[in-house]
Amino acid sequence: MRSYVPNTEKERLEMLHDIGMNSMDDLFRDIPEDLKLKKPLDLPKPLSETELRDLIHGFVYMNEEGGPLFRGAGAYRHYIPSVVPQLAMRSEFYTAYTPYQAEMSQGMLQSLFEYQTVICRLTGLDAANASVYDGATAAAEAMLMLRDNKRKKKILYSAALNPDVITVMKTYAHCAGLELVEIPVTDKGVTDKAAVAANMDGAAGCIAANPNYYGCIEPMAELAETVHAANGLFVAYVNPISLGVLKRPADYGADIAIGDGQPLGLPMAFGGPYVGFMAATKKLMRNLPGRIAGQTTDAEGNRVFVLTLQAREQHIRREMASSNICSNQMLCAIMASMYCCVMGPKGMREVAEQNIAKAHELAKKLTALDGVKLRYPDTPFFNEFVIDVEDAAEIDKALANYSITGGLVLPDGGMLWCATEMNNTEEFDFVCDLIEDTLDPMGGEE
Amino acid sequence: MRSEYKLIFERSHEGRRAYDLPECDAPSAVCEIPEEYRADNDLKLPELGEVDLVRHYTNLSRRNFGVDNGFYPLGSCTMKYNPKINEELAPMFDEVHPLLDPAMCQGCLALMADMEHMLCEICGMDAFTLQPAAGAHGELTGLMHIRAYHEHRGDTARTTMIVPDAAHGTNPASAAMAGFKVKEIKSAPDGGVDLDALRAAVGPDTAGLMLTNPSTLGLFERNIKEIAKIVHEAGGLLYYDGANLNAIMGVVRPGDMGFDVMHINLHKTFSTPHGGGGPGSGPVGVKSHLIPFMPVPRIEQKDGMLTLNYDKPDSIGKIKSFYGNFGVIVKAYCYIRSLGAAGLKEASENAVLNANYVMNKLRGVYEIPHDRTCMHECVVTPGELMDYGVNTSDIAKALIDRGYHPPTIYFPLIVHEAMMIEPTESESRETLDEFVEAMKGIAEQVKTDASAIHAAPVTTPVGRPDEVTAARKPIVKYEEE
Repeated sequence: MRSYVPNTEKERLEMLHDIGMNSMDDLFRDIPEDLKLKKPLDLPKPLSETELRDLIHGFVYMNEEGGPLFRGAGAYRHYIPSVVPQLAMRSEFYTAYTPYQAEMSQGMLQSLFEYQTVICRLTGLDAANASVYDGATAAAEAMLMLRDNKRKKKILYSAALNPDVITVMKTYAHCAGLELVEIPVTDKGVTDKAAVAANMDGAAGCIAANPNYYGCIEPMAELAETVHAANGLFVAYVNPISLGVLKRPADYGADIAIGDGQPLGLPMAFGGPYVGFMAATKKLMRNLPGRIAGQTTDAEGNRVFVLTLQAREQHIRREMASSNICSNQMLCAIMASMYCCVMGPKGMREVAEQNIAKAHELAKKLTALDGVKLRYPDTPFFNEFVIDVEDAAEIDKALANYSITGGLVLPDGGMLWCATEMNNTEEFDFVCDLIEDTLDPMGGEE
Repeated sequence: MRSEYKLIFERSHEGRRAYDLPECDAPSAVCEIPEEYRADNDLKLPELGEVDLVRHYTNLSRRNFGVDNGFYPLGSCTMKYNPKINEELAPMFDEVHPLLDPAMCQGCLALMADMEHMLCEICGMDAFTLQPAAGAHGELTGLMHIRAYHEHRGDTARTTMIVPDAAHGTNPASAAMAGFKVKEIKSAPDGGVDLDALRAAVGPDTAGLMLTNPSTLGLFERNIKEIAKIVHEAGGLLYYDGANLNAIMGVVRPGDMGFDVMHINLHKTFSTPHGGGGPGSGPVGVKSHLIPFMPVPRIEQKDGMLTLNYDKPDSIGKIKSFYGNFGVIVKAYCYIRSLGAAGLKEASENAVLNANYVMNKLRGVYEIPHDRTCMHECVVTPGELMDYGVNTSDIAKALIDRGYHPPTIYFPLIVHEAMMIEPTESESRETLDEFVEAMKGIAEQVKTDASAIHAAPVTTPVGRPDEVTAARKPIVKYEEE
């Protein structure tokens, strides 16, 4: 058994005596006797380091994954440059707390300032915060920003947002007393602009995704224009890896840009930790929730970084704060920033182009099969797309038998496929053969 | 000592690269995307070779301070040692996609189910969700349960959350976000809940009370049973802020004290590193009457398999994508499995011992406004040292020069010039002795040379920042000249 307590029994007793106590029990004399536990906690017996390693390996073996992956839907497998996790393991970073004492936390504060700058450059906007928990909570916080800035409780959102994002927004909106209005998707797979225009009356703004949940690239400029025409704010939920090629939120007039930074150098890790990024125009900077690093000087004029604009935050404003967020996803944010700096302008373009190339090649090969159709053939897509096919569940099972994780089977029977720079065309051919066999089991026999 | 450090953007040289992608084996398809949707230019990101990038961050890390560097008695934050084995094991799940068929990820689900079960035992609750990403997120989630509970009973008048004035700032902020009106009550002179104030505050509008126990003063709330009775008899529920759970593991449980719902900070009590501000994890535990409202999905056993059940009509919904900060949960799981029941109790006992040891050694030099046996942390003030023109912030800065991360300062708000010291169980006697000597040395210097204290810190790369200018003329991103 280990508790990572360095002091020996003897030392502990000496310390107790030193402060006029005889036993550990004396330390807890303020706790009413009848509340105290009468027996030890019922937990599994303690494990040595070796036994613990075996135990965790056991859980890893219980998972059946590891083959080719064609699934995204909010979590993506991308190239993670070796330097990113290695540098994040500098324990001066990962064993630190929030940088309250600026003089001894310049490393983290400067890294954060650099992260905010990276997010501003990805989105084209003026200010970013130091992160929130994930993309979904970024959307929920953006919703509250719209409310606070416009003093209106009605908010529009595109039905083509990730369903998890929508569910989280609804949870927060219920508590905030917001009226959420869902804007339907057209038969082209994009947000219905006419429905936005028709519902903007009394609304603070609208949130839409690009690329959206179905992989489609939205006419964001037109959506932004529609929202602005009704004096609303437009929020773009973007996949950051797409921004090497696609127009950036500021290019099409978004007031706020948000998203999940997981594609930027963070592992899938069964859903977390990821990082929610948020950027806004200068006008909305003070509506941003959570920590923000800023630049100032010390008495000698040296450049210094600090946590700033804290008058928005919970430890100062308490129930009047713009959000309750305190701890965020700082280390993940730094990793995302490192990733973007490893990739640079050329790498960000190349990775986005590879995603486009692979996804289009996969789509081409899949739709060459009898009985497989692209659901939105006339709409451009990034690295995900929906196909319609007979019995998607059967295909999913057939692929799983070969340790292949195929496209996500949607509730409506479609399949949402994803290809990234991590997939190759040999895998595409293998998958297509398997699907062909599943759709036409007798086909190969003749 | 003093030195500026270039930003990564200031180290950029056009054409340099650190990335290494394989050649693309599919034909380019950029032309499939209409030009109107494509950006005209490349992103304005720095271009560096790998070695320069590595040195940039390595040297930045040297301008930072973590638990691995030294003593970090930041009150309320439980900066205990972060075991290395946990860091080694958590990445073993990095390649698992969260939307696999449950049959493909039984290992992850089994680990989470185990974790929920163990947290129930440690806290005396009936069920746990691992979905919240941090402490404040847990608070919000827990309060949503209270709200759903009253709504479900048609008890819609219960719109007020009572919060003591000693509470963490996140408490009232979370209550407001959950849609409650916040009613603050004054603390009693001993720092505990003022029972008369509480009796006067409760009524038909009371949704609940948020409480930290041990309190933010580091003291156990001796009237907890009476408090629970008052709140419950008024029809409210009791919320436990688990920030201070490190004091009581294996000794007493929130569930047994009468709390209905609580959160835990895995990045405090259960040793996961704080990452310079996150990621954390804030699991929420509830008593049986709140189970129907828990976030979806719930992990359930069905036909010998673990499944994810989304079909919970009374659930508050989801409060985060997927299932929580899984990587953090794995580390905390490893910690609990390493320590077992006896180890957890030993951790709490020694956390409390270390805090009392420090408090006793500081008595007479610093003022102890609530001088009784403390739990895992103690609150002291400069007392008469203020007469020499120094304040808590000055003392904190002087500690930096002596190689320590300062305690939490100016919190709790109910203590003037507070310094909240939480040593944790990780520290050896000699570390505590040296810290006490440093505190005494500072007190001496205050009396003989206060100007030296005002000048602190002098050993750091930068001096005290001009925070007023930072807030008045915010510069929050780098811009090329």
